[in-house]
Amino acid sequence: MLELMVITMIKTVIIVSVCMLVVTYLTLAERKILGFIQFRHGPNRVGYWGLLQPFADGIKLFLKEELIPANAQRSIFYLAPVISIASPMIMLALIPFGPAISVMGREITLYLANPDVGILIILALGTLGAYGGMLGGWSSGNKYGYTGGLRAAAIIISYELSMAFAVICVVMIAGSLSLVDIVHAQAGMWNIVYAPVAFVIFIISGLAELNRTPFDMPEAEAELCCGYNVEYSSMKFALFFFGEYTHLFVFGCLVTTLFLGGWHGPFLPGVLWFFIKTLLVVFFCIWQRATFPRLRYDQVMKLEWKFLMPLAIVNILVTGLFLAI
Amino acid sequence: MQDKDILRVRDKWSGKVKYVTPLLKGLQYTFTNLLSKHKTIQYPEQKRPVSRRWRGLHRLEKDNQGQLLCVACGLCAAVCPAQCIEVVPYEPENGERFPEDFKIDELRCIYCGFCQEVCPRGAITLSQVYDYVDYHREDFQFSFAKLDKPEQLSFHYQRSLLQKILG
Repeated sequence: MLELMVITMIKTVIIVSVCMLVVTYLTLAERKILGFIQFRHGPNRVGYWGLLQPFADGIKLFLKEELIPANAQRSIFYLAPVISIASPMIMLALIPFGPAISVMGREITLYLANPDVGILIILALGTLGAYGGMLGGWSSGNKYGYTGGLRAAAIIISYELSMAFAVICVVMIAGSLSLVDIVHAQAGMWNIVYAPVAFVIFIISGLAELNRTPFDMPEAEAELCCGYNVEYSSMKFALFFFGEYTHLFVFGCLVTTLFLGGWHGPFLPGVLWFFIKTLLVVFFCIWQRATFPRLRYDQVMKLEWKFLMPLAIVNILVTGLFLAI
Repeated sequence: MQDKDILRVRDKWSGKVKYVTPLLKGLQYTFTNLLSKHKTIQYPEQKRPVSRRWRGLHRLEKDNQGQLLCVACGLCAAVCPAQCIEVVPYEPENGERFPEDFKIDELRCIYCGFCQEVCPRGAITLSQVYDYVDYHREDFQFSFAKLDKPEQLSFHYQRSLLQKILG
């Protein structure tokens, strides 16, 4: 029992610290890649090649003044950023980073938890993450924030559906809800070959759920001047920001686990393969951000209810048909 | 742009397939941009070369013997619209004439280049230095010392290795 607790604790520390370091540098990577695409250098003044930029940003945010609007709902105002960062961090516990390894004659699995309903918990937590934006926007007592929160709710209600339907295809192919079993089922061939349509639907609805351009409705900079986090400053803003990037990283992990074969791959060790695939997915998210213009609000809703949802349902039926044959 | 190049928004789903190729084309375009060289000029360290006709800080030309070409005729001071040039002539006994003092207020100067055009001896020219910086107003009252070689006054900045690592 004690042994189990110690091992779990060590694994927690390693997973959280490694993933947080990666997430910290995702902020730099996003700015660098966007800069390169626009023929710029990106941040290159702090540290060699700008490598200390995330820490400079962190220090700056720490030193900023903390402002709370007079008509804010205080307790909820404090709670919202915590929800926003907690839900993706809990998701990290469920993600299988690699195959089991043996250290000092002891079998050690490279994930914290493997519940039988893993993917359901992931979906539930993903929805919970949107509560951060929703409550934050609503409790700050600001019209822009309020509208941003409403939009966050609308997006999560609609896109969660097609996302779940895309996941159902994978679950049907793997025959299990556990993430580890899903990865084991992909040992021969990745799911992206069996379910390409589900993959596309998952990516699109995932981008909507991450509030990234082209679906950045809740924090529409042009219309809502930053949306739900407009009243947040200092560390609370940093938590929102950090939660968003953690969610991006977790999204990359999820795509890798569900569609790109998890840790499976030739030559290199499993963990390395997992991180390579994850970062490629994250790179795609940043790359498409630099490419596509953002959609109007009604277009976003139309895309989901008139196109992605019916497509996802048909996709489930077709997949079921193929599996039955 | 031809009319057929414009994508028409159609209500039929068959028309929407047309949107897929432009999206992929856009991704390809941004990816080639990602791999191409950036076009930023890192200003204080790199400078864009200016035109040969650029009008910067003034220079007093000298002949082969290192003697000032200026004969202190005062034409430049007369033509200057900003009235920033002040020449004090000096005539020794041997019939020569040269400036005892030559002052230019670089803060008042509008860099029109009239002094360069009007000078009969070609003694005053405008160099290509445009980034002279200093702390006091008095430092911009140029006299012989600073007018001799304005290129030295150009701002040079290079980050040291420690600055590059620590920022």
